[in-house]
Order: sequence, then structure tokens, then C-alpha cells
Amino acid sequence: MNAQSDIEAGGANQGDLFSKFDDFIAMRDGILASGVEDPFNLVMEKVLSPTRAICNGRDTILLGTYNYMGMTFDPDVIEAGKEALTEFGTGTTGSRVLNGTYQGHKECEDALKEFYDMDHAMVFSTGYQANLGIISTIAGKGDYIILDIDSHASIWDGCAMGKAEAVPFKHNDIEAMEKRLKRVPEGAGKLVILEGVYSMLGDVAPLKEMVRIAKENGAMVLVDEAHSMGFIGENGRGVCEAAGIIDDCDFIIGTFSKSVGTVGGFCVSNHPKFDVMRYVCRPYVFTASLPPSVVATAATSIRKLMHGSNKRAHLWENSKNLHAGLKSLGFQLGTDTPESAIIAVIMPDLQKGAMMWEALLKEGLYVNLARPPATPANMTLLRCSLCAEHTEEEVQTVLGMFERAGKATGII
Amino acid sequence: MDRAEVDSKIRDLIAPFNKKGVELTDATTFVNDLEFDSLTVMDFVAEIEDEFDIIITMNQQAEIETYGLLVDAVTKLQD
Repeated sequence: MNAQSDIEAGGANQGDLFSKFDDFIAMRDGILASGVEDPFNLVMEKVLSPTRAICNGRDTILLGTYNYMGMTFDPDVIEAGKEALTEFGTGTTGSRVLNGTYQGHKECEDALKEFYDMDHAMVFSTGYQANLGIISTIAGKGDYIILDIDSHASIWDGCAMGKAEAVPFKHNDIEAMEKRLKRVPEGAGKLVILEGVYSMLGDVAPLKEMVRIAKENGAMVLVDEAHSMGFIGENGRGVCEAAGIIDDCDFIIGTFSKSVGTVGGFCVSNHPKFDVMRYVCRPYVFTASLPPSVVATAATSIRKLMHGSNKRAHLWENSKNLHAGLKSLGFQLGTDTPESAIIAVIMPDLQKGAMMWEALLKEGLYVNLARPPATPANMTLLRCSLCAEHTEEEVQTVLGMFERAGKATGII
Repeated sequence: MDRAEVDSKIRDLIAPFNKKGVELTDATTFVNDLEFDSLTVMDFVAEIEDEFDIIITMNQQAEIETYGLLVDAVTKLQD
């Protein structure tokens, strides 16, 4: 056999850079071969409200969109977007540091400064870029990042991009965090990264203790409040507000794609030199800024969220009702008590999880199917995220759907 | 602690993770021979860190593919 036929014998995949994805493709084909609808290819043909859409031809209750405060169809927010679209056009076609800073971007940053009562705010094009940009820029080679092992992908990617030394600790384990922090070599820069709410199980971090320990050990603290903004804390500033340690957080990262109801990311800070980030943070500089309509909707939404205490109270009620209802039906949940607006239902395995997901969709309910490797402990989860616009009756309807689907698939 | 002592300590620590009782040599790999998944790696690394009072960063972990390399790294780190 000559060299040429050796290559042929090696199969068509020889030299194909896509062969590394073969296991994933096989896993996906396996799920689809069992006849279930593709959980990762859902199309919403029509969106009726923050809580209802036509999905794959069915009228569906949305319970997996992170649209916590239901701002996506707020009339004032929509009006602000329309006005900006008419007056400023469809896009900025430029970076924030060149031609991409419009009046609306400044107004959006002003709204954030007011919302968080902080000195500085910087708006990024997505939440992912906010984490990627801030983390990779402030923690570089030789610096140490102490972070929760269940941190979001954007946090891990920020650590990798900045080439800092990442030291993970066991999820929400105060002692494990403290031990690692104390082992960082003398003189090295230290950044502790925490999340207010962890999106997979919907559990809250013990920020009061963790931030105190981080500060005692001379570390700067960055808290990602993506899943708590607008909802947790008296003014909706997040878990750090509820825990009473917001003044000790050096950086708060957030997103517009959850409670705010549009797209974009941000960082707020009281650091006196914070503004230098606008020039040295590559994911901020080397990308186009958000369209005028997006920053106008974000700014209007953020200002309305400042006065959202009634909605916050109703959202807590929804979260408590869904948690209690699912628990009494016999489902295994991610937390013993409701800690946020995310209720994670733990599935026995991916196959059963996909079956249950499909059964719910046929009932007219959309939830998030989360699978390894995005999930902790290789769990398959059906993640439900509640909205302040879900009515009490809707939550009862949802529980009925879970009961029927759970029994049909043999999960309860 | 010299390399032999570190080796013997790690052997004790790895036992509960070595479910199939794979024989340990310096060339034994964590992923292929011991079949450690990412969760097992995380728990195992945490145990080593606490036992030797060290940190093994993600960058260092990426380089440690075999049992021998781990013993070398820990010997150096706890110095």
C-alpha cells in the first residue's frame, strides 16, 4: 500500500478539522433519531407578548426566556426605540471610540449610573463581551483570578483571553475560596469573580461572606449580576444589594438581554481610573456599538425598572408558587427553596430530558433544555425562568402541563 | 517533602478516584487510562491542593497529562 491509499483508507475524515465534532454530531443525531423535536432548533414564528409566542405552529407559554421583568413589549420602551430608529437610523456603523457614540449611548450609560448609584458605566455590545472585555483587560499575565467553578462561559473566556492564572473553587464554597485566595503568591494581583445568581440551578451566592473575605485578602471583586438585575435587591441592583455589600464590589457586570429586555452588556464601577477601559479594552474598541434604537430601549427600560417594586413582588410570588407546585408534584429541583426567578427541574438523563422537553412543548409550554457540558455535575436540566408578566393563573396552567408531561414520560 | 513522599501521598489520594484500580506508573494518563472526566478532575485537583496547601492553576492543569507530571508539579509547587 502506498502513502496515498493509506490516506484513503483513513477515511474521508482524514485532515478534516471538523472531525473533532463527530461525538457531538452523533449525540445530536441520537436524540433526533428517537423522534423528538429538535430542542436546539426551535423557531418562534410569532411573539405575542413577553409570556406568549407561536412556536413550531403552537400557541405557547414562554417559561424559559430570562425576560424576568417583561419589558420587551412595554409601550414606553417600544416608543423610545421607534423614535430613535426614525431620528438616528438603523445602526452606528462604528466603534464606540470612533463614530459609534451617539447621544443615546451616553443617555444609556447615565441611566445605568443612576440605577446603580455608581460613578462610571460602560456599555458593551453584548453581556458576553462585557465579561470578556473587562476580565481580560484588568487581569493579565501573572495576575490571579479566583473564580467559582460554575462560572459562565463568558467569564472563563475572559480569563483565558487575558492569560491570567485562573484558580477555580468548588461552587459557592466559602472555605474553598478563602483557602485558594490565601495561597496566591505574595505580591500578585488578585481578582475574585462571583455571580449573584447562577443561571443553571438558579441558586444565589453567599456574597456577604465571600466579598468580605475577598476584600480582607486584598483582592478586587467583580460580580456578574446578569440574572438578578431588576429583580433582586430593594432597587433591583442585584444580590450584592440584597446582601448589603454593593459598595465593596469593584465591578458589577450586567446585561440588557434579560430584565432590560433588549441586547447589550455593561460594567459599572466606582474605580477612579475606570474610564481608561474605553481605550484599552479590545472587545469594547474593536466592535461596532449598539444601534441607536437598542440603547434607547435599554435606557428607557432601565429607568422604568427603578420603579418596578410591584413587579418585583409579583415575580417573587410567581417564583414561590412554581417552586412549591413542582416540588409537591414530585419533581427534583435545583434548590430547596426558590432563590431567584430561575427554577431548575433536574432530569434523570439527557434522553428523558429531551422527551420531557418535547412533551411540554406539545402541551404548549417552552422551557430551556440545558445539558452537559454547560451544566454542573453533568446534569440535564429543564430550566424555567419566570416573568413578572406571568399571571397567577398561568403559573397554575404551567403546573398542570408539568404534571401531565411528567406522568406521560414517567419522570414523576 | 521529596518526590517519593509526594508520590506516596498522591497514591493515597487518588485511590478513591481510581475506581477500576488501574495500575499507576509515571506514564499513566488521567483522561485515557484513568478515564477522569472534568468533574473528577475538579474534585481530585481540589483534594491535592488542600493536602499540599498549593494552588494548581488552570494553565498548569492543562500541562499535567500524566501521573508522573503531576507528582513532578506538586513536588515543585510545595517546595
